[in-house]
Formats: sequence, C-alpha cells, structure tokens
Amino acid sequence: MTEYGIEVRVTPRRGILDPQGKAVGGALASLGFSGVGEVHVGRLIVFSLAASSEAGARERAEAMCRQLLANPVTEDFAVTVGAPAGSAP
Amino acid sequence: MRIGVVTFPGSNCDYDCYKAVQEGLGAEAVFLWHKEHDLQGVDAVFLPGGFSYGDYLRAGAIAAHSPIMREVIAFASAGGPVAGVCNGFQILCEAGLLPGALMRNRSLKFRSRPVYLRVEKSQPPFTSEYEAGQVLQVPIAHGEGCYTADPDVLDQLEAEGRVAFRYCDREGRR
Repeated sequence: MTEYGIEVRVTPRRGILDPQGKAVGGALASLGFSGVGEVHVGRLIVFSLAASSEAGARERAEAMCRQLLANPVTEDFAVTVGAPAGSAP
Repeated sequence: MRIGVVTFPGSNCDYDCYKAVQEGLGAEAVFLWHKEHDLQGVDAVFLPGGFSYGDYLRAGAIAAHSPIMREVIAFASAGGPVAGVCNGFQILCEAGLLPGALMRNRSLKFRSRPVYLRVEKSQPPFTSEYEAGQVLQVPIAHGEGCYTADPDVLDQLEAEGRVAFRYCDREGRR
C-alpha cells in the first residue's frame, strides 16, 4: 500500500446559476480589475489516501465524490491523484 | 400515534418539533439521536431545522449519512411517512429521498422572515387537515433555500402533483 495525495475540485455544474461567482466577479470589477470573464466559486478537498495503485486510489476517490464530496444535481468534480506523500517533488 | 424527531449535532429546531408534535398534534413525541439505529417503533419521522454539522461541505450533506438515516431511508422505502423541515428538507434531498437539491439563495442573503405558502393539495399523511388553496404563514430562516432540479425532474414533479406547498402572497397568488 502507498499513500497518495488526493485533490478533489468541486465546481458548480455548467449552466447552473452561480450567484456567488457573479458576486465575486462584480467585486473584482469594482476593485478595478478589467477583462475578467465569468467567475465560478467551488471548493477544494485535500487528503491522503492509502491504496495499492494510482488507479485504485482514483477509483476510490471518485466513489467518495459521487457519494459525499459533490452533489451530482448541482456540482461537477475532478480528481487529481498526486505522488505519494513524502516523496521527492 | 408516536412520532420520532431526529436530532443531529447542530439541529436547533428539534425541540420546537417535539413540542409541535405533543401540543399541536397531541401525539407522543420521541427524540431519535443521529447515532442510533433504532426508530423506537414510531409511526412517522420528522427531520427538524437547524444547522446539522454546521452546514459543513453542503447543508445536510453529512447528516444524510448518519447511522439513523439508514433506518429512516428503509422506513421511508417501506412507505413510512417522513417529513423534513428546513435543514430536514435539505437532508432529505442529500439522502436521495427527495429529488433535487437546495442551493444558496440567489440574493446570497440569509432570509429570515415570515412568508406565505399555499397548500396545493389536501391529502394524507401531511396535509389532510388543510384545504387545497389554504394560505399559511410560516417563518423561513435560510441561506440555502433555492430548490433546484433538472428541468425534466421539475416537469415530473409538477405532472405527478408532488409539490405540497408553493410560495405565494397573502391572498394565495403567485
């Protein structure tokens, strides 16, 4: 078993109204930042996961996303499986 | 009649619910602790309002996976009546007992005020004491009260007459 570094990105589903994203976009504009396109606000969940392979780690992380970490009605998720914790960069 | 009121860490309307069952319905109320697997032979289950698990991750997301919810889901699947109020409603959606999800209010504001609801149908188990079209005034207090579902799900809910209450004005108009 190896310890993998998992990063889960949860974002609002495309086409779903994101008032939080809009509010952040409006605040950036009023601060004087021009040229900012649509803003979307999501969340990042980070944890280490013991697994026997990278594929196995990914599969379990995706199951966690489907069951808890993301709500499929309103959110999309993306899983990144990183090098085992403690390994050289 | 015995009605169970579930308490999750962070539920704050469980006692209101308990009192409403006892005084409003004249029924026996029992608290059901989230970690228990025993529904104590209740005839119906109420999931109360509050901030279970501090609304961490998503409102109701963690409570939906509490040990008691496995029993509540089995109870509901067998035809047992289950009602969710506010956070309880969020939990029912997260648990998959109801379709759709509750999202952040479009205004991004926390809404705490009385609103009017129109009873759409008078039918057991929950609205048989009302008349269809009756207007109720109830308090809301929520930051994530925007019900969302895919268009085909919304169409199906309407077609099957599954909307129990609708927001309206004092005269019951939309």
